[in-house]
Amino acid sequence: MTSIAKPPVRHPSSRTNGLGLTLRDYEGAMSTLCAGCGHDSVTAALVQAAWELDLEPHRAAKMSGIGCSSKTTAYFMKQSHGFNAVHGRMPSVTSGAAAANRDLTYIGISGDGDSLSIGLGQMSHAIRRNVNMLYVLENNGVYGLTKGQFSASADIGSTSKKGEANEQAPIDPVLLALTLGATFVARSFSGDKKQLVPILKAGIAHKGFALVDVISPCVSFNDHEGSTKSYAYTREHEVEVVHADFVPLRREITVPETNEDVSVVQLHDGGSVRLRATAPDYDPTDRDSAYAHVRACQARHEIATGLLFVDETGRDMHDMMRTVPTPLIDVPFERLCPGSAALDKLMDRFR
Amino acid sequence: MGATDVSNPRYYHKVVDCQWACPAHTNVPGYLRLIAQGRYDDSYLLNRESNVFPGILGRTCDRPCEPACRRGRVEEKPVAICRLKRVAADNRGDIRDRLPKAPSKKNGKRVALVGAGPASLTVANDLLPLGYDVTIYERNAQPGGLMRVNIPAFRLPASVLDEECGYIIDMGANMRYGTPVESLKSLLAEGYDAVFVGSGAPKGKELDIPGRWDAPEQVHIGIEWLANVHFGHIDKIGERVLIIGVGNTAMDCCRTAKRVGAKDVKVVARRGRKYFKASPWELEDAEEEQVEIVENHAPKRFVVENGKLVGLEFERLQWTEDAKGKQSSTVIETVVMPCDAVILAIGQDNAFPWIERDLGVDFDAKGMPVVDKATHQSSKPDVFFGGDAAWGPENIIWAVAHGHAAAISIDLHCQGKPVAERPPEGMSLVSAKMGMHSWAYENDYDAAKRAKMQHEALEKRFSGIGIEVELGYTPEQAAREVQRCLNCDIQTHFTAPLCIECDACVDVCPTNCLTITTNSSPIDELRTRLSAPALNLAQELYVSAELPQTRRVMVKDEDVCLHCGLCAERCPTAAWDMRTFDLQLPYAGQVSR
Repeated sequence: MTSIAKPPVRHPSSRTNGLGLTLRDYEGAMSTLCAGCGHDSVTAALVQAAWELDLEPHRAAKMSGIGCSSKTTAYFMKQSHGFNAVHGRMPSVTSGAAAANRDLTYIGISGDGDSLSIGLGQMSHAIRRNVNMLYVLENNGVYGLTKGQFSASADIGSTSKKGEANEQAPIDPVLLALTLGATFVARSFSGDKKQLVPILKAGIAHKGFALVDVISPCVSFNDHEGSTKSYAYTREHEVEVVHADFVPLRREITVPETNEDVSVVQLHDGGSVRLRATAPDYDPTDRDSAYAHVRACQARHEIATGLLFVDETGRDMHDMMRTVPTPLIDVPFERLCPGSAALDKLMDRFR
Repeated sequence: MGATDVSNPRYYHKVVDCQWACPAHTNVPGYLRLIAQGRYDDSYLLNRESNVFPGILGRTCDRPCEPACRRGRVEEKPVAICRLKRVAADNRGDIRDRLPKAPSKKNGKRVALVGAGPASLTVANDLLPLGYDVTIYERNAQPGGLMRVNIPAFRLPASVLDEECGYIIDMGANMRYGTPVESLKSLLAEGYDAVFVGSGAPKGKELDIPGRWDAPEQVHIGIEWLANVHFGHIDKIGERVLIIGVGNTAMDCCRTAKRVGAKDVKVVARRGRKYFKASPWELEDAEEEQVEIVENHAPKRFVVENGKLVGLEFERLQWTEDAKGKQSSTVIETVVMPCDAVILAIGQDNAFPWIERDLGVDFDAKGMPVVDKATHQSSKPDVFFGGDAAWGPENIIWAVAHGHAAAISIDLHCQGKPVAERPPEGMSLVSAKMGMHSWAYENDYDAAKRAKMQHEALEKRFSGIGIEVELGYTPEQAAREVQRCLNCDIQTHFTAPLCIECDACVDVCPTNCLTITTNSSPIDELRTRLSAPALNLAQELYVSAELPQTRRVMVKDEDVCLHCGLCAERCPTAAWDMRTFDLQLPYAGQVSR
């Protein structure tokens, strides 16, 4: 929380992107989150990613539910569409929005409470439907807005600010998404934008549901010594398993691909992701291998980060539902709403 | 890179660009905040500590602070520092009982000052309160030196000059008006413990081209002519006047000529506008009065017919620049500009015919005294130089700075201490935090544009020679203009061990000043890989000690920091704090006892 708005002044050498916009043009309202909140860094990474992608702000929709995390959507891309849904219901609302207008870029922001407790079912089914969206899960292990109770992602043995230890098993959104068939699964850290920004860009470019679990420390209630989601703990235990570089379609790749370990995944929009596994036997395109590796890291108290799994061949919601190829707004009214005679005819088929 | 040492006052001083650029290092943000609070007396007195003549300088200063002002790098125009200084002077009450006073018991040391200009008066200002017996020799009947006789009254009213010179003289200086010093030897024979030469650069430069002496009564030397107008010896000039030279004296000459009967006034310069010595605002003011500025013309010959000056022949030049940036000119054509009078304003020289060369005061080949840059001491230990007399023409604020430095030396010399051992600069650095997101300064950014100075209507200003053109800011204008100040003296102070590297400050900084990165040398390499490239090499990079979690460093590019305090407001651990920096300048007497 700050006392003033960000001054409308730019660095004299600030650059513009392909749309002629500066980074500042992708900002939103001033954050009212606590000073030092990881979520504000995620916001900054989203601003950076959208700017670098030349994302047209008016062609994006920011979706969220309830919680500290869900306030994030107010803090970037002030010229975009947005919907602040009921607690945990963001995935369903986004499914509906995406069904109606498949041409917008959907950026959903949620948290460990919104996604793993009240909205667990909602998120799971959005993954199954493979809604074409970026799903950022700002994960801090506590309910910050209600003053620091354990959330469903809190690790066994991690303590609250007062010292009480958590005894319930955590839900790991990465493992969950892998088992539910997600086609893009990543984990990153709000304190590491070098890793986070390319992942966000790849997630936006990915066709289908892109889950990015971001460890985003809560400075007020979960940044103490007993925490396993603090800045210090995350830095000590983070192991980058796969490093991802997002290469947009229009940029020519000038670096010769001499490195044997780099695998390139072509994205649906023509861009690509260059993946460099830092663990020798890791294959980010093999779901079982990814699952096993993340589990093994967990057993060693390591936090596996990076673009852990990607499958660009999956079918998204529109493919599966065989919907019209255009947004409903572009379907002529007579076709979209053919009248009561057509409805009667349809109803007759069910009699 | 090693960690930046912010305990040395120089680092934070340099961040305060205006104060750093000011020769007298006036605490500009400090006095602007006092104006914002309506505390005009306090503002005036804070200002006076370092620059001695806020009312005079608020009208006439060459303003080295304004081109340096950070606001000018953030948007188009700097804060109107100079004219805000005048606001405090114009609106102050009677502050005489708050001025320094001379003690009734003197210290027994006698000091003679040559010339009653800004340099000497500053020396007197600093030495009188210490108990020195100060005698000032002045050839004119009034104090002020060139401030009085060369700066026209329409820019600087005599009343302002009288009042501020009076503050010093009234402390008990012995004034010897109408007494030009004709021999340093006889002056020294009067047994002074020290002599300060602040006699200025009183000789205007000549232009020795053909015809110069064929009609001498129509050709004037700028500073002499201005003095003659001031004393009332000259009250008219021909209709068509050419001013040669384009410095600030030329600007005073052309505007004065307009007030004593000239109709068509041209200022003619050898080079293009980019290279003019006159301050841009003085050029604007002259052009507002329909003075024509002519570029790229070099005077060649005075055209005199039948003993009467009828014109001046010029070579029209084209300037080219070679790869090394060296300028050269070629003549395109020769033109004659008809005129009735010419005023030469091409510079000033020093003249010391009154200093005997066998006294031990060394002079160099150019006839300038050999003076130590720091101490102002000449080769004769009891003779000191300052102002234009020391190293040639500068401006008033430099003379004031010289006066302060020379006063320290004179004091040390008279107390039998080595003058080279200068008292150090100090600083205080106090947190500006007043509470949760509440600061001891207004940290919000005001997007207001620079206030426009109101001028006297053209028809009215030519009705008399002493009608002041600038009317000063209205209280409303002043209140808005002070908010444009970025408060560069409220420093962003970083405590590395507290940082948890959450990136909050980096993310919130509106001008991308901050970066957390791996350390490297040299600094030029570091400059290229910051949040925004640090291209302004004149501005420092702050490099912190190693950060606890990752051993990286916090780097701050000082260039366009708005001092908005958002880094400190967003910092969860108070690793960033906003701290009020106060430079403690040494003055005579502070540490010599």
